[in-house]
Amino acid sequence: MNNYDAIVIGAGHNGLTNAAFLAKAGLRVLVLERNPYIGGASTSRELHKGWKYSNASYVCSLFRPEIYNALDLGRHGLRVIPVNSSMTFKQDGDYFGSYTQPNIRRREIMRHSPRDADAVVRFDADVLRWCKLVRGFLLRTPPNPGSLKPRDIFELAYLMKKFYELTEAQIYEFIRFFTMSIAEYLENYFENETVLTHYSGGSIIGTGLGVYSPGTAYVLLHHAMGDVDGNVGAWGFARGGMGSVAKALAGAFQSYGGEIRSDAEVAKITVAGNKVTGVELASGEKIAAKVVVSNLDAKRTFLQIMDEADLPPKVVQRARNFKIRGSSGKVNIALDGMPTFPALPEGSTLTQGHMHFTDTLKRLELAYDDWKEDRWSADPYCDMLIPSQYDPSMAPQGKHMMTVFVQYCPVNPDGGWTDEKRDQFGQTVIDQIGDYSPDFKDLVLHAEIRTPRELENEIGLTEGNIFQGELTFDQLAFNRPFPGYAQYRGPVKGMYMSGSSTHPGGGVMGAPGANSAREILKDLRKPDTTPEAYSDD
Amino acid sequence: MTINKEHFRRALQHSPFHSRLAALSLTEEWTGWNGYKAARTLDKLSTEYFAVRSSCSVMDLTPMEKYRISGKDAFRFLDRLVTRDLSKLKPGMVTYVVWCNDDGKLIDDGTLFQLDEDQYRLCSQHHQLDWLLISSIGFDVNIEVETHEVAALAVQGPTAYSILTEAGIDGLADLKPFGIAQLQCNGFPLVVSRTGYTGDLGYELWVDPKHAESLWDALFAIKPRLDIHPIGLSTLEMVRIEAGFIMPGFDFNTAESTIRADYDRSPYEVGLGWLVNLDKGHFTGRQALLAEKARPVKRRLTKIYVDGNKPVREAFIFDAKHGKQIGEIKCATWSPILKANLAIADIEFVNGKLPPQLWARVDYQRELKWLSIWAECRVSDKPFYTPEHRSATPPANF
Repeated sequence: MNNYDAIVIGAGHNGLTNAAFLAKAGLRVLVLERNPYIGGASTSRELHKGWKYSNASYVCSLFRPEIYNALDLGRHGLRVIPVNSSMTFKQDGDYFGSYTQPNIRRREIMRHSPRDADAVVRFDADVLRWCKLVRGFLLRTPPNPGSLKPRDIFELAYLMKKFYELTEAQIYEFIRFFTMSIAEYLENYFENETVLTHYSGGSIIGTGLGVYSPGTAYVLLHHAMGDVDGNVGAWGFARGGMGSVAKALAGAFQSYGGEIRSDAEVAKITVAGNKVTGVELASGEKIAAKVVVSNLDAKRTFLQIMDEADLPPKVVQRARNFKIRGSSGKVNIALDGMPTFPALPEGSTLTQGHMHFTDTLKRLELAYDDWKEDRWSADPYCDMLIPSQYDPSMAPQGKHMMTVFVQYCPVNPDGGWTDEKRDQFGQTVIDQIGDYSPDFKDLVLHAEIRTPRELENEIGLTEGNIFQGELTFDQLAFNRPFPGYAQYRGPVKGMYMSGSSTHPGGGVMGAPGANSAREILKDLRKPDTTPEAYSDD
Repeated sequence: MTINKEHFRRALQHSPFHSRLAALSLTEEWTGWNGYKAARTLDKLSTEYFAVRSSCSVMDLTPMEKYRISGKDAFRFLDRLVTRDLSKLKPGMVTYVVWCNDDGKLIDDGTLFQLDEDQYRLCSQHHQLDWLLISSIGFDVNIEVETHEVAALAVQGPTAYSILTEAGIDGLADLKPFGIAQLQCNGFPLVVSRTGYTGDLGYELWVDPKHAESLWDALFAIKPRLDIHPIGLSTLEMVRIEAGFIMPGFDFNTAESTIRADYDRSPYEVGLGWLVNLDKGHFTGRQALLAEKARPVKRRLTKIYVDGNKPVREAFIFDAKHGKQIGEIKCATWSPILKANLAIADIEFVNGKLPPQLWARVDYQRELKWLSIWAECRVSDKPFYTPEHRSATPPANF
């Protein structure tokens, strides 16, 4: 029987990040992956010959540059190219573009509302203030507020210190921000419906809430706090698709002597006397290790691959009640050529960024209403990109690859998912795009349609929730995944969590994996190989 | 203003004077200013500088934000907005104003023109429509952006009066500093104000963009007799420091765009306490400013001479040679007319008082090698350069 210092279950980006830091500290580490390919939600697969899809996650901004640097991911082939813009098509034939060039951005907002063009200065400053505050905590383990351990007291004091660097008025605003809906938050700044709707979109992505639901304002921050080379809020596209992130992480991990086994599904984390002993694979094979890290979401970890009898009842109860609603779908499309969008002037650069088709808050809210009734949105909110325009490795020359993230899609439509229903859902999305691009439908060569059912079955995300658990205030920081278990340690000795179910949550960020590695290395009294966070001052 | 969908093809738009500026630009050194392509320099810096100080300079001011404020409550609204007492403002007059948020922190500065009864123009450094509209709640007032509908030129220098008069603009002899006149130039109307950002004799000309090129041509037709030069932002930076003018967003953070707590500034902290009238009645920020006035001064933007001739840029200020760091230089220039290094520095006060000694550590390059020296700084209570000819009425004729 092989002997490893640590086993990491799941070769998603956080699992690989975690494993790489453990291996870098000199541990013998094995990563076990259920699928024949690695990456979890960071994969790029060729499902139609010549085309590569970013099958699940599709853009990159939250990935921590400190981790990128510490694991030398640039030399392992990762390249993140900034995405240029985002835009929303209007039903009246016009459009709104959010350009990254500041003068053009301002003038475009002015085209829709001169007042909003000025208000955006205030909006940017306020969002940046919250981003800077939260970013400081991404690569730190949340304190346990009830603990009297020196390090918890220190971390809590650090949190309070950061908080009290705000003015009194800013503290009120920050609390409001965390508890407000995105629509109401943005109405403090903007008056134009298209501008409001455009900037609301990021707040419902991956979230089982609507634009008027309290708590969605924070989700905006979760999508704005990333950066590409210091440009906070910028999004990037990983050259070669999101699989490049996993590939680079795997390269780093292997360069430290780590081992990855795919087609190796873990059936059970084995426990004896409140201590982990290793894992048992679905094949019946047993592998021993003193440390077992689950990169699966909290529900799967505690309710599927652990024996409930090995766990404190409170943990089982928390896991059962963990909020992890699937609300998103994905359509990846191989195109025979570049579709045209008649609303855009010839030569517009807006096709190179995020494209949206929802221009009123009411349409966003109605899209949510469908989901509450267990239907996919008849008029969904789509985040569409055509990355092959600037990454020639995604599609044959002259052809294109399109990625469409779709909000909302239910976990369990009436009567359950069938392949026919899945295809009807895909058709809804294709029809919406077709409304704005008359030649689009004729260019479709192949489409990969993914509902929460496919996301769960293929990637192992419970209910297909892309964040491994909702990003609501009750499930963030020292409450993620559950109160008392936010420091990456499980309830059984030697068992840890590294996935997006832990602080600071979902998105291809790497931070949960790195934070978890730091805790494991501390427990094993090994040198800390994880990076210290860059100061945002 | 209607903006064409095609606007995205050009990051910086051309001002109505662009054809004339481009034709005269030797350096073709352009930069962005409020979305417009603006000249950083057009010629040698010294040529441009001495046009301001010894003959006549012309600068395109079109990119400056301009708001037309009118309506029954326009005066009440403005008096509530700004910190200064406006009761002496009359039609045909300009005044320099600042405005604050509720915390008494500066949002921007600007010049307020009373063009007529209930008709005002506010010119500002930064975008203010959002704040003006928020502040206008409860007032019967109409606020419109007119940045792009009014072309503007600053004509500044000792011979400015002679050049404008010779260009056919009559009626400037009696125009006093901060006065406004509605005049004619070769058959088209223009507004002239005796204002500027250079500290020299000078005027600002406001005209419909369709007459912009004619106005420019009328001025430059005088060149064979009286020298006149277009200038860019680099020269403006030198002369505005000599004149002791500060620039929001550069010398201090404007409140609405400040991210970190206590990184914004009050009028007292930037040395503009003289613009605050706490007795005029309520205005936005008054409560906070009253409270601040009662406390010892925490810090202040201070005009200083930096000894020696080494070029000064941004630098730390210390309370002694090798002493404690107590501030930083926000802007600096070598003054060719005073033969001195001038700077405006943000300095922390001690027990409400300016520290007795100020030293700057000046890093400079000699043939690519970095060197560092200590230079003592002396405080200037007044603007560095205020020539008498600046305010003479009528101005001298050349």
